[in-house]
Amino acid sequence: MHELSLVADLFTIIEEQASRAGAKRVTKVVVSVGELSGVVPELFRSAFQSYKKGTIADKARLQLKMVKIKFKCRSCGHELTARNIMDESFSYVCPACGSKDMELIAGRDLYLEKLEIET
Amino acid sequence: MEQKKKELLVLEDILGSNKKIADQIRKKLEEHGILAINLLSAPGSGKTSLLEKIGLKLKDSCRLGVIEGDIETERDAERIRKIGLPAWQITTHGACHLEAKMLAQIFDQIPADLDFLFIENVGNLVCPASFDLGEGLRFVLLSVPEGDDKPQKYPEAFITSQVLVLTKCDLLPYLPFDTDRVIKEALEINPHLKVFKTSATSGEGLDELCAFLEAELKQRRGQHA
Ligand SMILES: Nc1nc2c(ncn2[C@@H]2O[C@H](COP(=O)(O)OP(=O)(O)O)[C@@H](O)[C@H]2O)c(=O)[nH]1
Ligand SMILES: [Mg+2]
Ligand SMILES: [Zn+2]
Repeated sequence: MHELSLVADLFTIIEEQASRAGAKRVTKVVVSVGELSGVVPELFRSAFQSYKKGTIADKARLQLKMVKIKFKCRSCGHELTARNIMDESFSYVCPACGSKDMELIAGRDLYLEKLEIET
Repeated sequence: MEQKKKELLVLEDILGSNKKIADQIRKKLEEHGILAINLLSAPGSGKTSLLEKIGLKLKDSCRLGVIEGDIETERDAERIRKIGLPAWQITTHGACHLEAKMLAQIFDQIPADLDFLFIENVGNLVCPASFDLGEGLRFVLLSVPEGDDKPQKYPEAFITSQVLVLTKCDLLPYLPFDTDRVIKEALEINPHLKVFKTSATSGEGLDELCAFLEAELKQRRGQHA
């Protein structure tokens, strides 16, 4: 699993943002995790806890917001959300018009959403 | 001492640093007219065997190179060199996927006059799917012995690929594998997938795959010329 290298990239962004904002410390980190991003939340969390030591986010809490897989029909615009990644009943066919041309619009990304900082 | 807490909206892509390098690689490849193909599959699905076979078929008419991603060994690169093709090994030392920066490190060694650059990713159907390498085409390989329920189990690999290569089709008579069902389910996940049924052992489907690659190269060069 590659959670540690992702967390390292996350900290590059955190340090950059925090210093640009003149932060003394970062107290909370909010990351949005797409269910298709390949990230295992537990592994990401434990990588975060070990990586944060000695950084500006030493005491920071990590909040992970899971983002569901969402498709949008290219034919009629209908949007479809999967219950979860292993949702057996999930079909990639548009329930509104039967088209198979569904575009993945959410669930692949891994984003640093926001930081809570002390200045 | 006064301490002010405030919230900072960031919205920055954590996979973005990989994406940036991947885009630079893609740009260079396009400038040189090289078509790079990133091969994804579970371990042992037949990536190296497929490359050996299509390598032999294409090498008289095209300039080929192969990047081999592996957790520790050089074995696959040696297999490719044995058939007379240049191969560069990237050992990831434990990492479960290739990243664009690993490619960037060896990019200088790759001749600019290649036609095709094949990139065999680390055998893993999950993690490599999240990392763009700057490739022009992504292949996902699924071998007959793995069973026919993979597309539903590993949707990201199928969603992000343009080509599905069913491998080891010579084993179809001996194993319960519903080809039609796999293709149907894969196309439900990604209707744009192009599907090839192949066997490195019998040679089935390899000419079709090579013809497809040559047509893609021609079309892409036409667009960038
Ligand atoms: N029956 C059969 N076996 C194959 C075929 N292609 C590869 N294999 C076998 O599958 C195993 C793994 O192949 P390899 O190419 O090393 O897989 P990789 O790990 O994806 O690179 C080897 O023992 C191959 O001999 C095929 O088309 N048919
Ligand atoms: Mg191999
Ligand atoms: Zn629709």
